Amino acid sequence: MKLELRGITKRFGSLVANDHIDMVVQPGEIRALLGENGAGKTTLMNVLYGLLQPDEGEILIDDRPVHIRSPKDAIGAGVGMVHQHFMLVPVFTVAENVTLGAEPISRLALPGLTVGSLHVPRLSLPAAATSWLGMLDRRRARASVRELSERFGFRVDPDAFVEDLPVGVQQRVEIIKALLRDASILVLDEPTAVLTPGETEDLFAIMRQLRDSGHSIIFISHKLREVQAIADNITVIRRGKVVAERPPDTSDAELAALMVGRSVQLRVSKAAASLAGVALDVRDLSVPGEHGDLAVRSISFDVRRGEILGIAGVQGNGQTELCEALMGLRPATGSVLLDGQDISAATTKERLHAGIGYIPEDRQEDGLVAGFTVADNLVLDVYDRPPYAAGIAMKPEAIRKAAVELVGDYDVRTSSVLTLAGTLSGGNQQKVIVARELSRPNKLLLASQPTRGLDVGSIEFVHSEIVKQRDQGVAVVIVSSELDEIYALSDRIAVIYEGKIVGICPPDIPEHELGLLMAGAATADAQGDSTGLRPPAAEELLQTAPLVADEAGPGPRVEELPSE
Amino acid sequence: MSETPVAAPDPVPAAADAVAAGPGQRGDSPGPATPRGRLTGAVLIQAITQGSSAVITILAIFLALVVGGVLIVFSDPVVTRAWSSLFTHPGYALGQTWDAVSFAYTQMFEGAILNPSTVSAALHGGSVAAIFYPLSSTCAQATPLILTGLSVAIAFRAGLFNIGAAGQWVGGAVVATWLGFGVSLPPVIHVIVCLIGAFVGGGVIGWFVGLLKARTGAHEVIVTIMLNYVMYDLLSYLLSHQGMLQKPKQTNQIAPFIASNANLPHVGGPPPQVGIGFLIAVAAALGVAWLLSRTTTGFEFRTVGASPSAARTGGINVERSWVLVMLLAGGLAGLSAATVIQGTNTQLTFNSYGTYGPDGITVALLGRAKPIGVVLAGLLFGALHVGGTYVEAATLGQVPANIVQVLEGLIVLFVAAPALIRATFRLRATAGTGMEAVAKGWNA
Repeated sequence: MKLELRGITKRFGSLVANDHIDMVVQPGEIRALLGENGAGKTTLMNVLYGLLQPDEGEILIDDRPVHIRSPKDAIGAGVGMVHQHFMLVPVFTVAENVTLGAEPISRLALPGLTVGSLHVPRLSLPAAATSWLGMLDRRRARASVRELSERFGFRVDPDAFVEDLPVGVQQRVEIIKALLRDASILVLDEPTAVLTPGETEDLFAIMRQLRDSGHSIIFISHKLREVQAIADNITVIRRGKVVAERPPDTSDAELAALMVGRSVQLRVSKAAASLAGVALDVRDLSVPGEHGDLAVRSISFDVRRGEILGIAGVQGNGQTELCEALMGLRPATGSVLLDGQDISAATTKERLHAGIGYIPEDRQEDGLVAGFTVADNLVLDVYDRPPYAAGIAMKPEAIRKAAVELVGDYDVRTSSVLTLAGTLSGGNQQKVIVARELSRPNKLLLASQPTRGLDVGSIEFVHSEIVKQRDQGVAVVIVSSELDEIYALSDRIAVIYEGKIVGICPPDIPEHELGLLMAGAATADAQGDSTGLRPPAAEELLQTAPLVADEAGPGPRVEELPSE
Repeated sequence: MSETPVAAPDPVPAAADAVAAGPGQRGDSPGPATPRGRLTGAVLIQAITQGSSAVITILAIFLALVVGGVLIVFSDPVVTRAWSSLFTHPGYALGQTWDAVSFAYTQMFEGAILNPSTVSAALHGGSVAAIFYPLSSTCAQATPLILTGLSVAIAFRAGLFNIGAAGQWVGGAVVATWLGFGVSLPPVIHVIVCLIGAFVGGGVIGWFVGLLKARTGAHEVIVTIMLNYVMYDLLSYLLSHQGMLQKPKQTNQIAPFIASNANLPHVGGPPPQVGIGFLIAVAAALGVAWLLSRTTTGFEFRTVGASPSAARTGGINVERSWVLVMLLAGGLAGLSAATVIQGTNTQLTFNSYGTYGPDGITVALLGRAKPIGVVLAGLLFGALHVGGTYVEAATLGQVPANIVQVLEGLIVLFVAAPALIRATFRLRATAGTGMEAVAKGWNA
C-alpha cells in the first residue's frame, strides 16, 4: 500500500511538533525517518497511528484520504506499529499475546453425549452470541504464529512465554502482532535501541524479507549507520520539519549535519594519550550474577592515568556486574586498587569520595531521580559534601548556584534548574549525569554505555567531555556495546566475553577481529589453537597491553603488582 | 538572592524534548517551574483549570460534602416524607432538603470552628473565651491525628508504607503510661521524661520493622500489620495483669491515672485553651519539614523513596535510611500516644488506641505526605470529629456522628481518584498531581 502524508501539522501549545510534513512511502519501500530526539519523529508516527490528531493535513492510503482517529482505525487502514516499549503481557505465551484483542474464537459448545439409550445432542451457543462469549481457539492462534514465523524467518515459538524471551525476540512478537492484523505499512519506532548488534542484523534481515513481500516499512532512528544500511530512502526531520530526503548512500557527515543543523564531528579528535602511573588496578575480580553463577570470572586489568580503556562486549557478558562491583554496589572477590589503595571493601560512598566518577548504564533507573529537580540531581552523589552541606544541614542556595553554573557549562537544555529531571529529553538527562560526575576532581571515571539512546549532537558532546577528562589525567574506563563508541574513545580495548577478558587490543584492531573476539571466537585459554583468528593475531592480542604501555615510555612496567 | 531562573540557551528544543518525552511524562510542577515574574493571577487560573493538587483536594472536600448531604437527606424522615410528595409540592421537598442539609453542616461548623452566637454574646458582655471553645476542641482532636499522620508521611517519603502507626502508638502509650504513674518526678521534668519515653517506645517498634526490612527484606506492610495485632494483644495482656499496667484492685483492662506532674499543661488561661500537645504536634511537623527539605538525612530519605537504585548508586545506604526513618515514624506515633495519655485521657485503657493509626494513613494521604499538608488535614479531620459529635447532639441523634467517618472516607476516596474530580468539574486533564505516586506506593 502506498502511504502519503500531506501537510501534517501538530501543535502542542505554542510548540509546533510537526510543521507541514509531507512524505510519500511507496509499497515495498523501507523509509527511514531520521532525526534527533525531540525532532518530532514520534509525534508524526503517533499521528499516523491515531494516538494524536493532527491540527492540519491529511493522510492518504493508496491515494484515498483516510481518517485515523484511534489505533483501531489505523489497524483497520493497514497500519501497524511497533513501539519503543513493547506492549506485551509477560506471563502470556507468544500466541496469546499476538492474538490479544483479536482472539480467534470458535462457537462455545458442549459435546454431544450418549449415555445408554439417552442421547444428549451437541449443545452450542447461537452464532450471534459468539462475539461476546466464545471459545478461545488456541490452535488457530498457534498455527497462524507458526505460519508467519516460517514465512519471514522470525524463529518464534508460539508456546514460549514472553517473559522468557530475549528482547530481540519480543520485538519480533510485536511485529507478528502487527502482521496478523494485516498491517501492510509497518512503523518501527527506534527498534534497534534495545538490540545487540547481532539482533539488529536479524531484525534487518526480517525487514528486508517484509519489504520484498510488498510491505512498506517506516524505520525511525537516529543512528546513521543503521539508516544507511537498511533504508531505501531517508527522510530527515529537524524541529518538526522535513529538511531533506536523501538516498541511503549519502555520507555520514551530510546526514548528521542535516539532522543537527550544523556540521558535527562524528568522531572526536583526540591527541595521543599521555600516560602516567596506574590509577586503577583490578586483580582476579569475580562477581556473582543474579542466579548464583559467576557473572565476572577472575578479571584482571589496569588503567593508567590519562588513558581510556574501552571494554567492548555484547550486552550481557558481565559488564553490568563488573561496573557495579567496581562501585561497591555488588559483592565481589578479588582486589581493586585505586591509586595503590585497596578499595575492595569500601562502600559506594567511600569509593565516590576516593575519587571515582560513575556514569551508570541505566540512567533512568540508577543515574537520576526523575521526580527530583535538575539541581537536586546534580548533587545526587555529592549532596553531603561541602559546599552543598555543612554537617547535617544542606545548603539549598549553594546547590542552586552550582546547578545554574553546571547547567550552563554542560549545555543542559532546561527551562530552569528547578525543572523536574524526568521532563528532560534523554540527551539532556545524560548531560545532567555527565555534569555531575565530571565536574569534580576524579581519579577514575567509569562510564557504562555513556551515549546509549542519545542523538548525534549529544554523543559528540559526551565524547568530547570524556576525552577532556582523559587529557586532564583521569583514568577512564568506558564500557560499551557500540563498536563506534569503543573505536572513537579507546586508547586500549579490552574485550569481555562471558565474564572474562578475552583480549586486550590496540585501538586500531580491525573491526572484524574485534567482532570475532566479542563473539567469543577466541577465549583467553584457547588463544593458541584459536579457530577464528590467525595465530599471529592472537599472539599480538596477548602482547598488546604491555606494548601500549611501553610506547609512552615511563620505564619498564611492573608486570605483577603485589596484591597482598 | 537572585530569583531569576536559568535562561535556557534555546528554550525551543527543551520544550520540544519535553513533548517528545510524551505528554504523559510531564511532571505537574506549576510551583517550582513557574518563573516568579509571571502574574500570580495567571498561575492561579492555571492551577484551577488544570487542577493542581491543592485545587483537587478542595474540590474533593466539596464533593464529599455534597455526597454527605445526600446521606443526611436520606437519614432524615421528615425530608424523605417531603420527597414522597416531590411532584405535588416540589418547593416543599427542596426546601426541607436544604433545611436539613444546611442545618447539619451549620451545626458542624458551629461545633468545630466558630459559633456566631458566642460572638454576639461576647459583644454583649459574655465570655470572650467561649468564642474559641470550638477551635480549641478541634485542635485537641487534631493533635494525635497530626502526629500519626506525620508518622505515616515521613515513612512514605522514604518509600515505606507505615501501616503500623497503631502498633507504634501502643508502644508509646505503654511507656508513657508506665513512666506517668510508676515514676515520681518534679513537674516539668516528668512531662519531658514521659514524652521522650513515648517517643522511644514507639520508635523501638518502628525501628524493629525497619531492621526486619533492611536485614531480611520483609515487606513493611505485612510486618506492620502483624505487629499491630501483637501490640494490641500485648496491651491487653499488660492491662489485665496486676503488677503490670493494670490499675490496682481492678478487673477491667485499665491503667492507673498518670501523675498530675506528667499531665501536659495547657496554655492560654482557663478553658478553652490550647494544649501543649497541639504545639508539640505543630513543632513536630515543622521539624519533619526541616528534616526532609533541609538536611542530608532528609535528602537521603527522599532519594531512597523516589528511587532506591539511584540512591544506592549515589552512595546512600538505603538500608540505614529504612531503619532510621521507621525509627522516626515510630517515635512520632509514640508522641501521638503521649499527647492523648498525658493530654486528654490521662489514663490508658484497652481501647485507647482508637483509630489513630488508620486515621494517620488517611491524614497523610490527604496531606500528600507533606508536613504542612498533614497539619491541615489533621485539623480538618479534627474539626470533622468535633463537628460530628456536635451535630449528633444538636439533631438529637437524627444525624449520626458517624456521618463524619463517611465524609472522611469520601474525601480520601476523591483525593485518591483525581480523574474522578477532573471529570466531575471538567478540568483539563494534565498528568500527575502527585497522588499517582502515592497510589503506586501502596503496594510498592
